[in-house]
Amino acid sequence: MPEPFVKTSSRVISIPRANIDTDQICPARFLKITDKAGLAEALFFDWRFTPDGERRQPPSFIDEPHNAGRQILLVGDNFGAGSSREHAPWALRAWGIRAILSTGFADIFRGNALKNALLPIVVSPERHAVLLALVAADPDGEWAVDLEAQQVILPGGDAFSFEIDPFARTMILAGTDEIGYVLTKLPAIEAWEAAHPARVDTRSEPAAR
Amino acid sequence: MAERPRTLVEKIWDGHVVWSEPGAPAILAIDLHLVHEVTSPQAFTGLRERGLKVRKPGQTVATADHSIPTLDPSLPIADELAAKQLRQIEENCREFGIPFHGKGDPARGIVHVIGPELGLTQPGMTIVCGDSHTATHGAFGALAFGIGTSEIEMVLATQTLLQRKPRTFQVRIDGRLQPGVGAKDMILALIARIGIGGGTGHVFEYSGDAIRALSMEERMTVCNMSVEGGARAGLIAPDETTFGYLEGRKFAPRGAAWEEAVARWRALPSDDGATYDRTIVIDGETLEPMVTYGTNPGMGVPVTGRIPSPAEVEPAARADLEHALAYMGLEPGASIAGQKLDVVFIGSCTNGRIEDLRAAASVLRGRRVASGLRVLVVPGSQQVKKQAESEGLHEVFKAAGAEWRESGCSMCIAMNGDQLEPGQYGISTSNRNFEGRQGKGSRTFLASPLTAAASAVTGVVTDPRTLPGITRTTAVEAR
Ligand code: SF4
Repeated sequence: MPEPFVKTSSRVISIPRANIDTDQICPARFLKITDKAGLAEALFFDWRFTPDGERRQPPSFIDEPHNAGRQILLVGDNFGAGSSREHAPWALRAWGIRAILSTGFADIFRGNALKNALLPIVVSPERHAVLLALVAADPDGEWAVDLEAQQVILPGGDAFSFEIDPFARTMILAGTDEIGYVLTKLPAIEAWEAAHPARVDTRSEPAAR
Repeated sequence: MAERPRTLVEKIWDGHVVWSEPGAPAILAIDLHLVHEVTSPQAFTGLRERGLKVRKPGQTVATADHSIPTLDPSLPIADELAAKQLRQIEENCREFGIPFHGKGDPARGIVHVIGPELGLTQPGMTIVCGDSHTATHGAFGALAFGIGTSEIEMVLATQTLLQRKPRTFQVRIDGRLQPGVGAKDMILALIARIGIGGGTGHVFEYSGDAIRALSMEERMTVCNMSVEGGARAGLIAPDETTFGYLEGRKFAPRGAAWEEAVARWRALPSDDGATYDRTIVIDGETLEPMVTYGTNPGMGVPVTGRIPSPAEVEPAARADLEHALAYMGLEPGASIAGQKLDVVFIGSCTNGRIEDLRAAASVLRGRRVASGLRVLVVPGSQQVKKQAESEGLHEVFKAAGAEWRESGCSMCIAMNGDQLEPGQYGISTSNRNFEGRQGKGSRTFLASPLTAAASAVTGVVTDPRTLPGITRTTAVEAR
């Protein structure tokens, strides 16, 4: 069962690049696992290590000691493009990230993130520019993300609100599980199935009639 | 009573809503769930932890494609982790009663190739898979999209998904394609125009004369890369071409059931007067073979074009372009044609079907691969392999100096040992040119099978129209 999540505060890591795809977030060769172990190490792996496995110099932002423990990412547009691998949000969560601010997220990534209580927060391009400047000027400022109030609170106390899927918000705040919710509607599913025969049976070829 | 005109997507959506209540996403029934080894293990673990069964094993089918080697199938799998993953899916399918096409099975192949060829993919269905290229199945007029592992668990447990209704985006491609230009070029041109986030929040519906003229295999190429344009799904309304492809396939309806199904499918196309949230119109006549130069599929130009320089693009895109060109090691402003290559990959769920192999073979027949170049031809499924071999295409490839392999994802995702070496340049008929996608430090040019095959002959990125005897794809001529 997921833990409820209401609010967090942390310093911010800013990666202004746009179109950061899930192959960058968690390269495909880390997808051979059959559980979720070791994914924190896979996060942005190829940005952190050369093809020979040497740590890059200077180290990638993820490996800079002062970024350890930060929970909020500020990234460029269309974050999470590409592959549907849920390993991407798993890796981000395993490393400690709880909220990501961008002007946009790829659809599948956004859904996967919400299912892992990782908040994709969309801001306008204008606000995005302001936030980038803010982090540049004050890299160690403490931000807060409040899901209950749907607000981001900036270091000086300024705050802005954000939109989030209300259903996902309820689920995350309560730590409720979506499968549990759907299973409460089982009678409706059974009724639908009774009225709509399956289109195929993968276990046997159809008979002519 | 006059009903409001509806789009294809709306009709499928309306027909599959099981439950909806204010404030919550709809519960959508899923007709077909495709499963592969990479994204499913944790979902089965979750199911076990909850003590649940697979609700509809007969609406589920699994295969092994991503991490499976494409070498001699009688050899043991050298990669420990891949071997474990492959054992795991087999065990999961056995335990939960799901049909599984594993190593040695003649119906095995890339999940998006086998669904259609088995006749499991049918118009009007909802189809999901833990794989973003599930969009491929939209070529049949099915609402098909990729899901994450939590959603795989949801579908296994309930045969439904929680979904919000997507917005619709009409992509109309008019006119006739020029010789040497094909489905891959159409979709790369669309993505170059709208960008890789252009379709976010939407589902594409492709229409227009240039789309209607495509074979099913070409339609699959177009729909496959919908996700590279940001759309989770991309559909083409079913027509005679669709029915012709499906009739007689293993899992297609038979006899009177076939007639009933076709009648139902004929009602699926969007009604006259149906409206879309967005529309783009592209003139198919003006399209050229496309090649990507950068590190996302939206960074593409006609093969006659130049690599853009950061100075010419809008300021917001400048840093990303500089970064991409530095990674690719390419000169801004240089011609894309003539760029040097180390490897050519022909395969994947985008272009690993029989028509793609025929197109590539039409170029390589009687020609030789450039010296020093590695060319890998990987059929999309074991059935495609068998068909290609019955037509002698494997002999054409081997005589030209290319490698001929067992089916699988192979160098598209570089999980199975088939990969580019750091810094190498590959031209690839797959769908993603992301950094490291085809192996650590890999540098990818995406292109059509014709362009890739023409480039295999010369060793550099080559406009297929410059080689004598190139027309469009063989399939189109045959019709
Ligand atoms: S061929 Fe490539 S894109 Fe297609 S399913 Fe396999 S890995 Fe994914």
